[in-house]
Amino acid sequence: MLANLDLSRFLFGRLTLDAIPYYDPILVVTFIVVAIGGIGLLSAITYYRWWGYLWHEWFTTVDHKKIGIMYMILAIVMLLRGFADAILMRTQQAIAFNGSEGFLPAHHYDQIFTAHGVIMIFFVAMPLITGIMNYVVPLQIGARDVSFPFLNNFSFWMTAGGAILIMASLFIGEFARTGWLAFPPLSGADYSPGVGVDYYIWGLQVAGVGTLLSGVNLLVTIVKMRAPGMSMMRMPIFTWSALCTNVLIVASFPVLTAVLVLLGLDRYVGTHFFTNDMGGNSMMYFNLIWIWGHPEVYILILPLFGVFSEVTSTFSGKRLFGYTSMVYALVVITILAYLVWLHHFFTMGNGASVNSFFGITTMIISIPTGVKIFNWLLTMYEGRIRFELPMMWTIAFIVTFTIGGMTGVLLAVPPVDFTVHNSLFLVAHFHNVIIGGVLFGAFAAINYWFPKAFGFKLNEFWGKVSFWTWVSGFYLAFMPLYLLGLMGVTRRLREFDDPSLQIWFVIAAAGAGLIAIGIGALLMQIYVSIRDREALADTTGDPWNGRTLEWATTSPPPHYNFAFSPMVRDIDAFTDMKRAGFSRPEKGFRSIHMPRNTGAGVILAGLSTLCGFALVWYIWWLAAVSFVGLIGYAIYHTFDYDRDYYITADEVAKTERKAASMLGAKG
Amino acid sequence: MAQTTATMSAPPEAFFELDEHEHETGSSTMLGFWIYLMSDCLIFAVLFATYGVLATSYAAGPRPSDLFDLWLVAINTGFLLFSSITYGFAVIAMQARKQGQVLFWLGITGLLGIAFVGVELYEFAHFFAEGAPPQRSGFLSAFFALVGTHGLHVTFGILWLVVLMVQIARTGLIDDNRRRVMCLSMFWHFLDVVWIGVFTFVYLVRVI
Repeated sequence: MLANLDLSRFLFGRLTLDAIPYYDPILVVTFIVVAIGGIGLLSAITYYRWWGYLWHEWFTTVDHKKIGIMYMILAIVMLLRGFADAILMRTQQAIAFNGSEGFLPAHHYDQIFTAHGVIMIFFVAMPLITGIMNYVVPLQIGARDVSFPFLNNFSFWMTAGGAILIMASLFIGEFARTGWLAFPPLSGADYSPGVGVDYYIWGLQVAGVGTLLSGVNLLVTIVKMRAPGMSMMRMPIFTWSALCTNVLIVASFPVLTAVLVLLGLDRYVGTHFFTNDMGGNSMMYFNLIWIWGHPEVYILILPLFGVFSEVTSTFSGKRLFGYTSMVYALVVITILAYLVWLHHFFTMGNGASVNSFFGITTMIISIPTGVKIFNWLLTMYEGRIRFELPMMWTIAFIVTFTIGGMTGVLLAVPPVDFTVHNSLFLVAHFHNVIIGGVLFGAFAAINYWFPKAFGFKLNEFWGKVSFWTWVSGFYLAFMPLYLLGLMGVTRRLREFDDPSLQIWFVIAAAGAGLIAIGIGALLMQIYVSIRDREALADTTGDPWNGRTLEWATTSPPPHYNFAFSPMVRDIDAFTDMKRAGFSRPEKGFRSIHMPRNTGAGVILAGLSTLCGFALVWYIWWLAAVSFVGLIGYAIYHTFDYDRDYYITADEVAKTERKAASMLGAKG
Repeated sequence: MAQTTATMSAPPEAFFELDEHEHETGSSTMLGFWIYLMSDCLIFAVLFATYGVLATSYAAGPRPSDLFDLWLVAINTGFLLFSSITYGFAVIAMQARKQGQVLFWLGITGLLGIAFVGVELYEFAHFFAEGAPPQRSGFLSAFFALVGTHGLHVTFGILWLVVLMVQIARTGLIDDNRRRVMCLSMFWHFLDVVWIGVFTFVYLVRVI
């Protein structure tokens, strides 16, 4: 027995030097670039002695505003990775004609389309919406933080930990080659014996815990911490959309957790949930994952519906048209989100009745969505529209999303779906709604709330460059895919036989190139704005003539957001205050109770990530140690009862006086 | 309207709560924990659904009637239900601020919990010995996943209980500890409710 003991196998599990993909030149070059960039960044932080600052002010912060900003940074970094994957795919498909195999071997190409989907949904779109909600919701409801500030920090680091695991798969081992939902039996142990699917499982599990907890957190925050006078029907519409989103998160992410556990059991223990033999049923997986997956789509889009509502109302200088119908539309979409999952696999063979039911529920969703579109249009009608960047993104959204919605209704018809199922038509459809909805919305939100977060506006020229290249790039990249899909081209193909198709792929690749310029312009916009921050400064706290409470405090807001809780009499609380000629309290400040920063979130999430990595590679001792460490540290943390402190009244008074002199500049 | 009122000026107290009282945080925690429990409930819902689909996928292996010993399960159900009652006594003692009694009843609850997990492990070991491990068939996979997940929850609850007893012994029935007792109470009763589902749909229905 002892003679068989292989020390390196014990120490490193199935992790060997062969796991480093040095045979793939693309990955080697990427690794060199990342390594140089990473070393440069780390040495710059060390050289300028930023570690202490980063650790104390950012990594351990429990301030919802800073956590929100960290989510946004994570999302933008991951957007670059996800977009690099997109460029590789578009290039491959544009050149793999006439016998050419392109430049990506199948093994690599399959990982790329999986990683692209996983990263864009879980580590770009989700951090974007979580970041925006985290930053804005407490301010909009006049609260000083979220209900569970430590949990908020922990949630962020769990999301980041999941992202780290996915990124690690690029250079250590491989990623899944299964498509972004890892359907069995392909993702089972028989057909995917490598570490790719395990990276997928543990990356999503770690991040999923973070998402779920942040959902609980924001939900309780909205229910419990609204300013006095803010009844449910006086909540800003963005907060309403956040409420619905977090209900969806809490009521759907556990399903993802459970189904990934079952897939993991199939792979690790040899159970038979989704296998072909021994009584397994892989269609169970399809049902379960889409019971999470369809609400997920609405988790992504609902907060941006809220953003568009705020932006339209602010930049039209009008109260939102049909506030009540907007709220009901959100709630109806929230409920319907659970009644449509089967439209993702009409072709499964469910029978006509089942398909009809899910086809009809899917089509019904277009009604509340249509209500929202008309509400936005009627808000703009007779308004004094200011075509600032957030408003431009909103208009681009309304046009683009309507097209995407219409192709969605087409796909909802089961007989149509049978012909275009899994085709590029579908790919075009969901990019149409996710880019045109989620991403455009995120850009609107970034341009809208950036001055609030940092105290200066974003540069308009580069913002417009980014806007036009993104929007035109999107149409160029995805309209050809609609055509190709109608011609019968299925998704995830690596090479093509029919040369007449090539021109469309070339056009799509050109579109992706335009989007690349759009992303570059976005980064440029941020750089130029930071450089010119003096000129772009917002000293008023209210750069857009805003209507909701986040504009009632300074830009950036003090740590405690509001020295005194605002009292709300109207939906557009801040407009109401301005109309009544409100004045700010100048004396009588009190000490403010705030949560203390803690490193526990970083440590717990770090141990979880380590445990995930160990499980991917079968390094059992490390998995056990990190798991025991995780539980032990969590218990240790519960013995710390001293988790808050008071900002003294003097300090509040000082901060507020400074703010008052700044706000006074507006006259 | 806007123009005519714009010149008015409202005093600070019109829009700001100047006399703010300290907000109590306990109720947020209870709501948050309740929502967490409902999300946990969904994990069980998935496992129940999976069991429902795979319940007859025996793959020519053992069937429920070959395996289940209803007496054993009845005794085990008794352990768990009694542990809920004893937890209730602990909460009553807490409201009377009797620390010693709280610890006593929590201790009894923990022992009943350990007995439950012990009997469950015995049952599992028996299944393994009978040639019915989770790898044997879809039915057994689903069975072990559902019952095992519940058992893991109880195990976690016992660990939490022990930690909480140490904390109460060290710092007394302070607000933080009282809140934790209430959270664990919800968790414990929740597991009871889930078990009633397991007992009914896994054991009782399947041996008929």
